[in-house]
Amino acid sequence: MNKIWLVIKREYLTRVRNRSFILSTILLPLFFIGFIFASAYFATSSTEKQKVAVSDSNGIFKNSFQSCSLITYEFPADVDANNFKEKGYSAFLNIPKGYNSSNDSISLISTKQLGMGAEDKIKDQIDDAIRNQAFLKNNIDKRILDSINKLNETGMYHFRTIVKQGNKTEKSNSALSYGIGYGSGFLIYITLFIYGAAVMRGVMEEKMNRIAELIISSVKPFQLMVGKIIGIAAVGLTQLLIWIVLIVLLSTISTSFFSPETLQHAQAVNSSMGAAANNSAAMNFLIAKNTFLSANWALIIPCFLFYFVAGYLFYASLFAAVGSVVNEDPQEAQSLMLPITMPIILSFVIMTTAVGKPDAPISVWASIIPFSSPIVMMGRIPSGNVPGWQIIVSMLTLVAGFILTTMLAAKIYRTGILLYGKKVTFKEMGKWLFRKS
Amino acid sequence: MTILELQNLKKYYATHKAVDDVSFSIAEGNIFGLLGPNGAGKTTLLRMITGIFYPDSGNILFEGKKFNQVNDIAKIGYMPEERGLYKKMKIGEQALYLAMLKGMSRRDAMTKIKEWFVKFEMESWWNKKVNDLSKGMGQKLQFVITVLHDPKLLILDEPFSGLDPVNSNLIKDEIYKLAQNGTTIIFSTHRMEQVEEICNNIILVNNGKKILDGSVVQVKDDFKEDIFKVGFNNLSETFLANSFNAFDILDKKDQFLTVKIKDGSRPSDVLQEILNQKADIVSFNEILPSLNDIFIKVAGKQQ
Repeated sequence: MNKIWLVIKREYLTRVRNRSFILSTILLPLFFIGFIFASAYFATSSTEKQKVAVSDSNGIFKNSFQSCSLITYEFPADVDANNFKEKGYSAFLNIPKGYNSSNDSISLISTKQLGMGAEDKIKDQIDDAIRNQAFLKNNIDKRILDSINKLNETGMYHFRTIVKQGNKTEKSNSALSYGIGYGSGFLIYITLFIYGAAVMRGVMEEKMNRIAELIISSVKPFQLMVGKIIGIAAVGLTQLLIWIVLIVLLSTISTSFFSPETLQHAQAVNSSMGAAANNSAAMNFLIAKNTFLSANWALIIPCFLFYFVAGYLFYASLFAAVGSVVNEDPQEAQSLMLPITMPIILSFVIMTTAVGKPDAPISVWASIIPFSSPIVMMGRIPSGNVPGWQIIVSMLTLVAGFILTTMLAAKIYRTGILLYGKKVTFKEMGKWLFRKS
Repeated sequence: MTILELQNLKKYYATHKAVDDVSFSIAEGNIFGLLGPNGAGKTTLLRMITGIFYPDSGNILFEGKKFNQVNDIAKIGYMPEERGLYKKMKIGEQALYLAMLKGMSRRDAMTKIKEWFVKFEMESWWNKKVNDLSKGMGQKLQFVITVLHDPKLLILDEPFSGLDPVNSNLIKDEIYKLAQNGTTIIFSTHRMEQVEEICNNIILVNNGKKILDGSVVQVKDDFKEDIFKVGFNNLSETFLANSFNAFDILDKKDQFLTVKIKDGSRPSDVLQEILNQKADIVSFNEILPSLNDIFIKVAGKQQ
């Protein structure tokens, strides 16, 4: 036991002290936050005030186009597709003479992209105008039309989903659970590859450096393999923890930098993209926060940690086994990894379905079978619809699964690690599995 | 006292018998040579002794008790033929890690490492990485790591392969010193001539089977063919024209004759007969077979 501990310590310390670990651990959240900021910046910067010249010789839109904080519509007579730029307009909207919605097309001409949302906003205006005209043409009272439109603007109704399970009533938000499920499934998918490959490279390094034999004359191959796997798991958890702390810290700092004005601005962007328009920024923020907190984090976080670790343990020993049979040729590693990477990729594909249909048979089965359960179950859990027994069965099979893969992988590992210069086939590995000690 | 005893050890692979019913024992403080050509099963034998492989059948007794890897491994130092260290780990930390894996406490390990580093003039290496070392330096380090924990049984697989003469002698001297202090040494090699000068006892293996064992002196004595080399001051044709009763002349080179004593005669008969011819002898030596000759002879007979 003491020896496993020494191996774990070495694996952990050499990796954590490595410059690339420090860089990737710190840079990734910075990159992440930077990405959010950058996209927010571009989204807001592209919403500078647009002045659109409308050529509406038929006069269909003249009275219905309403300028808003971002886009003003003008109806000058002397502007055309060639000179709108000189006249100080950012775009030219051309409605052909004698416009007929089924034959003609309306064109929006600009010298550069109008920016996210602006085009949608203009289309919304056209939609509204055409619909209003259609109503009026069919003799619908203008007052009724106005009141309907008003209702539409204020948000016609409020919608929420409530899932009843026995006596428990939970508010659920499918978009949120979709996001969390997808996000955590994706994170596990990525980390399986990152840390699985780290285990494989570590094993290959020991084999290539020819130190494996020296080490396993002091410790059992099983101890060396398990020590390495646990050491790298600890590195993974450390990295995850640092990321969470950094992201929480940075986002707290960054939100405190938002002046009410910027929040307002963000709100404007939001509305230009067609979301609910009438809430104040503070309201929106509150709603977002509450929705976020409404997720069942008390279940999601422990489950995530479990599947993160257990999923890794399930695959890590398989990666170790592959690393042990590889010779100098990296190509060989590629082809030997295929049987491991295929189920991981397949799990990811099933997960993308499972977040939408958490109760579909394929989602249920895939979340219980250990090959796919770490990724697929995390796609299902945030929906709040997963029966407790399924989670328990899934966890138990996964634990049994990783004990089994570790034992099988250890058999391949102990032979492979001392085998040089020979290409090992799957058939041979199969034979090693059934050989006694 | 016997430190290691192997009883009917067998290790079979799918395609061949790597070790086929090998038994021998090694007395404490011995320098023991494990000899055989490449692929004879030496490394497999060593891996079973160090607990890396389990034998298919047979027993290994260490200090009279059944070998137990967990308890006994701290008393064994093993330098595999495939040398290797972590290339990117600092040398001091690496030595410390490997010593602690052998069960040493951190403090003992530090003391020992410093001692050996001073002895081999490696003090300044502590923070260097293996990548920064020359090949010879790396091999010195490898040896130090093998003996750090004061093993009672030191197993060296081809210890001199790739060593320059300076480091070769340095390590040879250390091997002698360790043996004088009671360390038992198993020295595995296919280079028979290295063994003759170092080892007291040997075992010869070929194709997984033991073909010979005993002390170097004994083995050579068993295989000697009563051949002597006689040196003359003035070897004359008239002398050579004689016929001799006690010996046959095998070869003549310059002032030397190689002779084989006939059955029933003794070396003194040879001398007597030569002196009777008034020949002027300056030297008279027995030619013992080299281990290499013996191996070729025995292995050839086996096939």
